[in-house]
Amino acid sequence: MSGVRTDLAPTPTDFLDVRSMLDEQERLLVDTVRDWVGDRVLPDIGDWYDQGIIPAELAGELGDLGLLGMHLEGYGCAGSSSTEYGLACLELEAGDSGVRSFVSVQGSLAMYPIWAFGSEEQKQQWLPEMAAGRAIGCFGLTEPDSGSDPSSMRTTAKRDGDDWVLNGTKMWITNGGVADVAVVWARTDEGVRGFVVPTDTDGFSARPVPPKMSLRASVTSELVFTDLRLPGDAVLPGVQGMRGPLSCLNEARFGILFGAVGAARACYESALDYAGTREQFDRPIASFQLTQRKLVEMMVAVNKGMLVALHLGRRKDAGELAATQVSFGKMDNVAMALEVARTARSVLGANGITLEYPVIRHMNNLESVFTYEGTNEIHTLILGQALTGINAFT
Amino acid sequence: MKVIVPVKRVPDTAGDKVIDADTKTMDRDAGETVLCPVNEFAIEEAVKLKEATGAEVTVLLIGPDGAQSTIRKALSYGLDGAIQVTDDAISGSDALGTARVIAAALADVEFDVVIFGNQSTDARTSLVPAAVAELLDLPSLTYARFMEIDGDAITVHREHEEGWDVVESTLPAVVSVVEAINEPRYPNFKGIMAAKSKPLDVKSLADLGVDAAAVGAGDAAATMYAFEPRPPKAAGTIVTDDGSGSAADDLADWMEEQKFI
Ligand SMILES: Cc1cc2nc3c(=O)[nH]c(=O)nc-3n(C[C@H](O)[C@H](O)[C@H](O)COP(=O)(O)OP(=O)(O)OC[C@H]3O[C@@H](n4cnc5c(N)ncnc54)[C@H](O)[C@@H]3O)c2cc1C
Ligand SMILES: Cc1cc2nc3c(=O)[nH]c(=O)nc-3n(C[C@H](O)[C@H](O)[C@H](O)COP(=O)(O)OP(=O)(O)OC[C@H]3O[C@@H](n4cnc5c(N)ncnc54)[C@H](O)[C@@H]3O)c2cc1C
Repeated sequence: MSGVRTDLAPTPTDFLDVRSMLDEQERLLVDTVRDWVGDRVLPDIGDWYDQGIIPAELAGELGDLGLLGMHLEGYGCAGSSSTEYGLACLELEAGDSGVRSFVSVQGSLAMYPIWAFGSEEQKQQWLPEMAAGRAIGCFGLTEPDSGSDPSSMRTTAKRDGDDWVLNGTKMWITNGGVADVAVVWARTDEGVRGFVVPTDTDGFSARPVPPKMSLRASVTSELVFTDLRLPGDAVLPGVQGMRGPLSCLNEARFGILFGAVGAARACYESALDYAGTREQFDRPIASFQLTQRKLVEMMVAVNKGMLVALHLGRRKDAGELAATQVSFGKMDNVAMALEVARTARSVLGANGITLEYPVIRHMNNLESVFTYEGTNEIHTLILGQALTGINAFT
Repeated sequence: MKVIVPVKRVPDTAGDKVIDADTKTMDRDAGETVLCPVNEFAIEEAVKLKEATGAEVTVLLIGPDGAQSTIRKALSYGLDGAIQVTDDAISGSDALGTARVIAAALADVEFDVVIFGNQSTDARTSLVPAAVAELLDLPSLTYARFMEIDGDAITVHREHEEGWDVVESTLPAVVSVVEAINEPRYPNFKGIMAAKSKPLDVKSLADLGVDAAAVGAGDAAATMYAFEPRPPKAAGTIVTDDGSGSAADDLADWMEEQKFI
């Protein structure tokens, strides 16, 4: 038996040495994404956030890095493990949730359904372009009156000869206004089905949602379909019913449960750094017990969230991950991150409310992350049902 | 075309360097090590040659057992293979010793051009590329901020204070590049995945026919006598204006004293 060592001093930024649990390839990936975020996102993200923009060229850069649809195989995709996809999301979200959202939507919500349920022609047409970041995708499920209960959707697709005709409105659609292709879920005579909709089709329009205070470096749109006519082969042939959109959401939620840890880590590190340099009462604020408690609680929360994420990643790679376990990770890691962001915000005092520091940006972003991809409440009820066998939704 | 890029494993440039008081060498096990950032510019030139001409690019690293992660990092840029020379006897080599090992490793393979970084971020002697060229009796085109290969002719631009030199030679040749030469890309994930299946040829000094006595600390031409940490920055001089514009004069006096003007 080995003893406990007193000569080791864990680093404050990876206290449990989770890096030691990553293999060489995972470390190379993490370092590469972190470098890119450090060079390309962090220097300007405050301005982008302020202006409410995300530069279009990031799509091509993310494609060059091989991060778009990275966990899919073939069609120009890299075929990474799920853990690797998660780790990439984590490093991207340590930059900004908007950048991670872009990658989640492109890879897990737009490319994944084409890859999993699409025809060979649909895959050939869209996946290589989307993997390269030359074509941007979006995912239309939520509607103005249909959020947590997506099966109440009103958008319809009706047969007209061989064609399909779409009518309806989708709301809160990430990348909607910049997308080349939308994967749209609509009610048909055969139940809910998915459609691959080029956004230059007549009858398609997109407009921004009301001004946002969260996820500002991300495009969020309302999509309106007015007698939008599609050829018969625009439907995703491989799936019918709510299983289609829900399986996409499971992929994206998995990325989010990693991503949230990145946002939390960025907030904690910002607070740790600030507390060591900011002086009040002639001492660094890190020397006050109340501040130390905050720092320690944030550090512990981030490390625990990291362990949960990595564990769920390994289970997914082993083919053993339950959808309810994804709910565990999404619910708790995002709640953890939001709590850490708020605590970090308090450590930074007045500076904490500015875009000079990352914390309030992450804090505001995490409000969206808390709500999208299944709200915190919905995941709680999924887990409640898993524990008790009782459905408390309806 | 065959291109070789010698790369070095160095302490993380963000961390503090630790010098071992007994051996007076850098403690390379203290903290993370990385691929020398200067080598990323050499790799980028090699990748551009690969894209333009289908060149085969091999990285060469002289370094101990733990250096494989540095080799994988280099390979993740899409390179074809690696050679590592590792031998306990190499430990403690100075720039000349390192150059001898690199030259021997190069003499053992075919190549058209060797692309070095112009320096390393740890020892920074900038001696290795020219020493290797000398040992192999090859043209030495150092400090390139532009390079171009046309058939078996190579041209580089070497920048200096007065302008730049245009240096030409035939291949094979040894080049070292400065950081202004290009903007290195990031490795992409497919390259990262492919890196682990690229061939790695590990050689010892005996494999290369190098006499262990000609390298290592014992035979170093340079001797380290002492080292000292960089002194903390002294407080600067503050020039205060008394309201009459006196600061301008004071500042000019001070600059004259310091021989800045
Ligand atoms: C920035 C952003 C980007 C988005 N991007 C996309 C996208 O790309 N594609 C897409 O399709 N959607 C997207 N969404 C929509 C998102 O998925 C929905 O907002 C989410 O599903 C919640 O729906 P809602 O906002 O209509 O809230 P509601 O469903 O109206 O919920 C309001 C509140 O009621 C609670 N609630 C609802 N039902 C229950 C219940 N049974 N028991 C207890 N509490 C309940 C909720 O938890 C919540 O607190 C995005 C949202 C945001 C904010
Ligand atoms: C007495 C003494 C003892 C030393 N002991 C050690 C020791 O134990 N371990 C140690 O690592 N260093 C040691 N050094 C440092 C050593 O001199 C240099 O690090 C090394 O020889 C390379 O020189 P440089 O880094 O200055 O290369 P530079 O000439 O500044 O580098 C130029 C380029 O050469 C190439 N290059 C340099 N080194 C390598 C390499 N190892 N493999 C492949 N390519 C390379 C790279 O392309 C690099 O960009 C010692 C130095 C002295 C004086």
